Amino acid sequence: MEESRSFFRAKTLSFLAMVVVFLLVNALSATYVGFDFIDAAAEVPAGVAWMAAEFLPTVESLSKLDSILPALASTVLVSVASSCIAAVFAFALAVLGSRTVGVGKVAAFLARAVASVFRNIPVVAWALILLFSFKQSEFTGFLALFLTTFGYLTRCFLETIDEMSTGPIEALQAAGATYFQIFAQAVLPMTIASAISWVLYMVETNVRDATLVGILTGTGIGFVFDIYYKSFRYDVAGLAILAVVVVVIACEMTSNFVRRRII
Amino acid sequence: MQDDVLLRVRGLTKCYQGDEKRLDDVSLDVRKGELVSVIGPSGAGKSTFLHSINRLIEPTEGSVVFDGREVTELSRGDLRACRRRISMIFQHYNLVHRLTAIENVLHGRLGYKSTIAGALGLYSEEEKRRAFEALEQVGMADFAYKRVDRLSGGQMQRVGIARALVQDPLLMLCDEPIASLDPKSSRTVMERLRWAADDLGIACVVSLHQIDFALEFSDRIIGLSKGRKVFEGAPADLTDEAAREIYGDIEIEGLPSEAQRLRAATRIAPAPVSSSAEVA
Amino acid sequence: MMRSASGEATSRGARLSRKGSIRAHATEESNAVLWAVVVVLAVVSVFTMATIDYGKVDFFTACKDAVGDFWMMVSSPGLAGHFTFADVMEGLFVSLALAALTTFIGAVIAFVLGLFAATNLSNTAVAAAIKAVMSFFRAVPTILWVLVFSVAIGLGAEAAVAGLLFHSIAYLVKAYSESFEEIDPGVLEALRASGARWWQIVFQAVVPAKTSEILSWTFIRFEINFVNAVAVGAVAGAGGIGYQLFLAGSFYLNIHEVGLISYLCLAVAVVLEVAATNLRKRYIVQH
Repeated sequence: MEESRSFFRAKTLSFLAMVVVFLLVNALSATYVGFDFIDAAAEVPAGVAWMAAEFLPTVESLSKLDSILPALASTVLVSVASSCIAAVFAFALAVLGSRTVGVGKVAAFLARAVASVFRNIPVVAWALILLFSFKQSEFTGFLALFLTTFGYLTRCFLETIDEMSTGPIEALQAAGATYFQIFAQAVLPMTIASAISWVLYMVETNVRDATLVGILTGTGIGFVFDIYYKSFRYDVAGLAILAVVVVVIACEMTSNFVRRRII
Repeated sequence: MQDDVLLRVRGLTKCYQGDEKRLDDVSLDVRKGELVSVIGPSGAGKSTFLHSINRLIEPTEGSVVFDGREVTELSRGDLRACRRRISMIFQHYNLVHRLTAIENVLHGRLGYKSTIAGALGLYSEEEKRRAFEALEQVGMADFAYKRVDRLSGGQMQRVGIARALVQDPLLMLCDEPIASLDPKSSRTVMERLRWAADDLGIACVVSLHQIDFALEFSDRIIGLSKGRKVFEGAPADLTDEAAREIYGDIEIEGLPSEAQRLRAATRIAPAPVSSSAEVA
Repeated sequence: MMRSASGEATSRGARLSRKGSIRAHATEESNAVLWAVVVVLAVVSVFTMATIDYGKVDFFTACKDAVGDFWMMVSSPGLAGHFTFADVMEGLFVSLALAALTTFIGAVIAFVLGLFAATNLSNTAVAAAIKAVMSFFRAVPTILWVLVFSVAIGLGAEAAVAGLLFHSIAYLVKAYSESFEEIDPGVLEALRASGARWWQIVFQAVVPAKTSEILSWTFIRFEINFVNAVAVGAVAGAGGIGYQLFLAGSFYLNIHEVGLISYLCLAVAVVLEVAATNLRKRYIVQH
């Protein structure tokens, strides 16, 4: 790990240059949006203190749990279903579009383009478009999450499949196996653990995104939060936040636990 | 087909676009039960040669006649059928890591099965018995239900050989089977290949880095250099001069001494290893 | 190793199923867990799809309409008089500026916290405490942070940035501290042995070795922050192109404007994504 001095100096210089660029960009951005660092530094701590006091659930807010818990369950179910169903489609697209076991260069390009479009159109835009035809319902939220997740997972699966070692595929080809046999006996076992990890990660991400989408589609925990928030019942809104936190941390712990065991 | 020539390769050539020939006009006859080593420096075309025989690499020119059929002209379906009888062993074993040894061995049967049965992993009792027999033959029966990524390199290669054996092959193509193994495991693997040739009558074409193993275990050696065949003969014929032509003017470690050559000429086929023979 | 009791007919090492046939598949712990997860996820998905509220619309008509709307959105983006193109561009820059500010402030805070969260540079208790707080930060959806801050300090750029900051910090602390933890322990030991102070170690060994990785992670976060800035702009009314997207979709009900704004977001996101992917490939090996 011995590096020469001039290398370090070059690195330090480029680091300094980056810092200067960063500072300039930020000064510009701050003026542009009217962000005042000093105001913010003064306001945020006070805001945090106020928030901590106002949003702290009271004993009284616990009585609203029976409206919070079903909404929470709906959000979790929609997140799991949108992640899993998107995963099935994404996996199929990723296999067809992969460079190693795919069906050609055109398919590889198309799969990447589709993944990028679905992933990068904001989930809010999806939700708004779907609201036109599906109106406010759980299914609208499901679809919006499904479409973004589909794009995201396709990209992840493409990477997973392309990184997979091609040796076993070659071995099965040499033994006279068909494409489907190779898919089921080699590609699937080699990629499934990593694919499941991605799906679990998406479930966790989708619980958070479902909250956002729920505010628009009038469903789930996001909607419940919004109701209490808009009617100034911050203590109940805080309880809703706490409920989401518990679920997300539980998801995270479960997926870490599972991930270690399925490798 | 005249006499018992199983594999007849004529003028096999592989060019890549804008590249020089990776394989240039190589010919070879292999008989039933014969073990032929292919030696040569890295990049000499050993691997390309082996892969061109079963068309995992599509040769540019030349003919490959295997068991009386012209392989280069086979349709996709026929090629699949033909590949059943040509099994392959790889330097990096090429096993599916998540699966157990027995599941990997059964992969050798896929070429014989319908797409659905193969994809779902539904094997007949006979096939399963055959797979266990193959594991027993390579001394790995006790590891049948172990995931292969929990095994050592030598053990993985023996699972690779078992997979090759359940194909009921007439020919085994072995691409650097011992290049990643320690000397002790290398010996076990080479002994298994020699046994397959002698006792099962399977023809083996083995590419090797290690000249000493080639001398000890082969019936015949061919030497490749820059894609061309520059030597063919019995181990005893591989003189210093011939080796120099294969490897160029560099000093080669492990080049045979007169004594080794003598030993190679009087080689005795080893007995099958017992299953307890552990390989690190 | 299990052997069949019945003996000679079976092969050595083979296990038998209850019906007496040889088992080709063994239940190994990792595979059992894997299948259990797959089954649970599948059951939950099926249950959800069976019980989900499909709304009061006719499903097939709605599907047809949605495809039509989507096609209209992608095929004929345009403005309908609610915004000028200059407005939309300004909105885009506001979102980019919010993302940049969040990234910058987040990076500075996360750098400090990252040092204390790296187990090789800090003590275990402090590192664990920071990591616990970070997982709380991460667990609250960004939109809720923003909504909470817009009542706590008033709607505006400060609230948007403050709300976006939490996830930024949590993400970057994880990225930075893991990157610091990869430093060769030998180098740290050598510096400690030579009597270097903690901050000397940090600025002489840790920072120079990890500069490009830190910058790459920061840029990757910028990409994510842009996406989030659009989202919170829409739902919390925090301004930027996201808010215009929300107005176009929810108030003016104009699909063409939604299309145009989506295209702009898509274009920026794709450019940032390509840049982030290249940085990741070049400087961050293991992810």
